[in-house]
Amino acid sequence: MNVLLDNSQLFIDGFKNTGILFIFSAFFSLILGTIVAGMRVSPAPAMRAAGTFYVNSVRNTPLTLILAFFALGYPKLGLPEISFMNAAIVGLSLYTATYVSEAIRSGINTVSVGQSEAARAIGLPFMQTLTLIVLPQAFRSVVPPLFSVFIALLKNTTVAAGFSVLEAGSIRATLSDLGEPLLPGLLWVALIFVLLVLGILSPLQRYLEKKWKVAR
Amino acid sequence: MSAVLFDVPGPKARTRNVYLNTVTVIVVVGIIGFILFRFYESGQFTAQKWEIFTFPRVQEMFLTVIGTTLKAFAVAAVGSLVLGIILAFGRLAEAKWLSLPCYWFTELFRAVPLLILMMIMYYGLPSVGVKGITPFIAVVVGLILYNGSVLAEVFRAGIASLPKGQREAGLAIGLSNGQVLRTILLPQAVRAMLPVIIAQLVVIMKDTALGSLITYNEILYYATFLGSQGQYGSPVVPGLMVAAVIYVGLCLILSGVARYTEFKMSSRVKVVKAKAGIAG
Repeated sequence: MNVLLDNSQLFIDGFKNTGILFIFSAFFSLILGTIVAGMRVSPAPAMRAAGTFYVNSVRNTPLTLILAFFALGYPKLGLPEISFMNAAIVGLSLYTATYVSEAIRSGINTVSVGQSEAARAIGLPFMQTLTLIVLPQAFRSVVPPLFSVFIALLKNTTVAAGFSVLEAGSIRATLSDLGEPLLPGLLWVALIFVLLVLGILSPLQRYLEKKWKVAR
Repeated sequence: MSAVLFDVPGPKARTRNVYLNTVTVIVVVGIIGFILFRFYESGQFTAQKWEIFTFPRVQEMFLTVIGTTLKAFAVAAVGSLVLGIILAFGRLAEAKWLSLPCYWFTELFRAVPLLILMMIMYYGLPSVGVKGITPFIAVVVGLILYNGSVLAEVFRAGIASLPKGQREAGLAIGLSNGQVLRTILLPQAVRAMLPVIIAQLVVIMKDTALGSLITYNEILYYATFLGSQGQYGSPVVPGLMVAAVIYVGLCLILSGVARYTEFKMSSRVKVVKAKAGIAG
């Protein structure tokens, strides 16, 4: 208990930054993932190929390597400088977007064929079939897997600690510098994550799943 | 499947598709070209930065670190499968004193970030006097605890997806609960869940890279080490490119196996597949 109370500011700052990483990455990956999912079911073969290539290559690369690239490699390219925090958000968004797009694509496949057939029958073009008819229904059935993706994202934010971002995962390094006991400190971090996941995200997932359940 | 979202293209749609294809190709080529151009402009392709990769010593080291990655992967994969089966059996046990702890174990270890688990092993335990924790042990134990819990859920979902008659028939011919699980339900569940299980193995492979953050000498750790070699022009970007190619190669081989088994299985097994996929 003492470790937590004596260093409460450190824990608050750390988890605040974890929250910022989580919210921004979730937001951007949701947008990018939806676009990629749309590309992968689009009528243009080149768009499908581009989407598939992106998903397959990024999903098979470790997140640690992607974040290492943005933290260590990017500054060498002579592009506008970005902070380690923003670099981590970019890396996490690009990585998580592939999982979001896979979840949404499988959701699109669960929408019954009659829906899109009806949409086409009344003359809607592809974009309107997708955005007005299929995606709104797909999003509902996608809530549970999407939440699993975001729970994984929350846990993945800790990887950014390896690349100079001050967040929950880097609390250990600071405690170590201060000479505080490490094990209790780390166990507190783990406990807070358990509370965030099992106490907030999982119940929210179950609630939304129940609320938006579609009868098919 | 996805073809139902649009009609068979007529003359107008074909023209539009040609247009869309062209735009996509231009955009993709533009992005890749821009990245390569930036690499080129900032001197990432100069001979000086790649020279280090031509040394036999460095190439041998790459083989060594691929070996350490594969070693951690192999031990963790076997360990996770064993732990997953044990936990799944525990959760399905009749006795509450057995199923409840197993339930909490899986929930708990799925909620803690893997990196934090590894840190607890590597930094936390030695600080209270536990000796002999090498980075390898920390990486492997962390991977086993996390992925074992995830796989336990996969096995459980697989067993739950089997028709009820399987268990009832087993009990009816006088098998005990454990025998039914072991000899009837588990083999079928593993078959139904094989694609998900192998997908999880790919996750284990990728997560070995977390070991680089707790000084485990694997591919990424060595690549960033090479990147810090000032006398060879700090080849960070080339090092990471080499590491990325190795990782993607290793994971694609595993994913290929996954797709192949999925194809093989789907033509034979007619069990309703339960949904269980965890994003790494």
